[in-house]
Amino acid sequence: MDGSALPGRWDGLIEPGRVHGSLYYDEAIFREEVEKIWFRTWVYIGHESEIREKNDFVTKSLGPMPVLMVRDMKGEVRLLLNRCPHRGNAVCVQEKGNRARFTCPYHSWTFANDGRLIGYAFPEGYRDAPKNELGLGQVPRVESYRGFVFGCMDPDVIPLEEHLAGARRTIDQACDNSPTGEIEVTAGFLKHRTRANWKFILENECDGYHPAFVHSSIFSVSDSQIGSIYGDDAVCVTRALGQGHTEVDVRPEFRRRDEPLSWFGTKAAKLPAYVEQMNAAYGEEKAREIMIDGMPHVMIFPNLFIAEIQIFVIQPVSANESIQNVTAIQFKGAPDMNRRLRQQTMGSVGPAGFLLADDTEMYERNQRGLEIRDPEWLFLKRGEHRERQDEDGFTVAHSTDDLPSRHIWAHYKSVMSRPLKEA
Amino acid sequence: MSIPAQDIAGPEILKEWTGADKTAIRADPALHFEVSQFLYREARLQDTHDYDGWEALWTDDAVYWVPANGADIDPERQMSMIYDNRSRIGLRIRQLKTGRRHSQTPPSQLARVISNVELLESESDDIRVAANVMVFETNLRGDTVWGARNEYTLRRIDGALRMAFKKVVLVNNNKAIWTLSFLV
Repeated sequence: MDGSALPGRWDGLIEPGRVHGSLYYDEAIFREEVEKIWFRTWVYIGHESEIREKNDFVTKSLGPMPVLMVRDMKGEVRLLLNRCPHRGNAVCVQEKGNRARFTCPYHSWTFANDGRLIGYAFPEGYRDAPKNELGLGQVPRVESYRGFVFGCMDPDVIPLEEHLAGARRTIDQACDNSPTGEIEVTAGFLKHRTRANWKFILENECDGYHPAFVHSSIFSVSDSQIGSIYGDDAVCVTRALGQGHTEVDVRPEFRRRDEPLSWFGTKAAKLPAYVEQMNAAYGEEKAREIMIDGMPHVMIFPNLFIAEIQIFVIQPVSANESIQNVTAIQFKGAPDMNRRLRQQTMGSVGPAGFLLADDTEMYERNQRGLEIRDPEWLFLKRGEHRERQDEDGFTVAHSTDDLPSRHIWAHYKSVMSRPLKEA
Repeated sequence: MSIPAQDIAGPEILKEWTGADKTAIRADPALHFEVSQFLYREARLQDTHDYDGWEALWTDDAVYWVPANGADIDPERQMSMIYDNRSRIGLRIRQLKTGRRHSQTPPSQLARVISNVELLESESDDIRVAANVMVFETNLRGDTVWGARNEYTLRRIDGALRMAFKKVVLVNNNKAIWTLSFLV
């Protein structure tokens, strides 16, 4: 399993614009991804608004591993591992709640929500037990950016802001759309299971080539502006943001339209309270710019997809199975806007969504297709000839090009080529 | 060994996991028969993908609701898998009828059983019904069994029963579920 023992191994699977199908179905590669990506690089866990009060907790996941995201009794955000150090039982089986301590039901070991072991049953039996070493495991690195909480199992990982690279701008852009500058994740998640590798989901998120075909059913029966964004003559671009992060930047199209809230398929007159709040918060000129640009469409490697009005959290289960967790983004203090954000989200995503049911059908057909061994490679060269550098030095291409996949795979290769850490 | 009081949730846990108690039941054999026949017909229209026939069952003020994460969430605050008003039910049907709704092309093959039909107390002329349903689905991905506790509000319009409200509480709606793009 140690990549260093096979020099050039990843060169044999990942070429520029071409990747080998086994990357999507090989269980040994999946286990190696768990060690090298999910347990070694920054992974999005949850949002601070999900644990607003002291002692709030919510069950989340880090790769295939469940974690308890907790705001402890002092207000600090922690990621506790839900495994009793005694015999491995779960100290919490509730999805979310508010509690200062967790008691294992098996032998009543009790932990404070900062992880400390604070008591066990019949303590005279443990005269010499090293109580301070028997606390709950914790994800060693926890950092937030504008409320988005990330965790990493590697204590030596680079700082989060360095990891976010060009994607920081997109998170800022998202928060700017809230009149309070704050996003909330409070509407609960839809959990959509799919029999497909997590990387098919990852690559689909900024694939602007598919919407015109996969989603033609809903576009043909509803008012859709999708053609101008993902059509052959679109002015929108895909962009590689560094560290495997990718976006479809739709701002050029909305700037051309020069109409506030056009990005949301509506007009300022339909959301007067929100527009008034935005004007008061930013001044009319800046508010107008924000409401023209709208929300970002960005895939933050490996698992946070901000899809304009929703966030998706991709959760790998095995080489052949994944879960898409999705919810509406809410802008703190903007109820009229939030209702529309929820309504549009419920219509489009989740297991019954007008869009995501069909995206997910495509991932599953892709996954089954890999059982057919000729050709063994996937072809990702669309738009190679029209890549260019933007004014900030990022690579951009047409909105329907494979640039996002190429960037994801280049980053993937660099991460997977590192030797495993010594235990 | 003492157990702190707040660690014992008691009956509140039951309510949270199963929804509010719905024990008030009307005894009306003739109505029970008519309602059961209506539900069987709805099931058949769904199983056979008779989209127009199914859409015609709804009233103009209809609500079609498939909650997530519990039986009694507030659909105006929390995400549901489906929370359609009449217009969105129509959109859902129009999408299915394009033939390009890929997750239903080819359509799921379905057989469902409706049982445990109970008439609930109602404060108006509307007829409130509870029933359990099991759906067997097979599609390109494989076979899936769905189980749900449903609630309906039916209304008599020009002598015929119509559906004003349908709530489908999938028993595993707090877990990650497969694509659900047939009419449930």
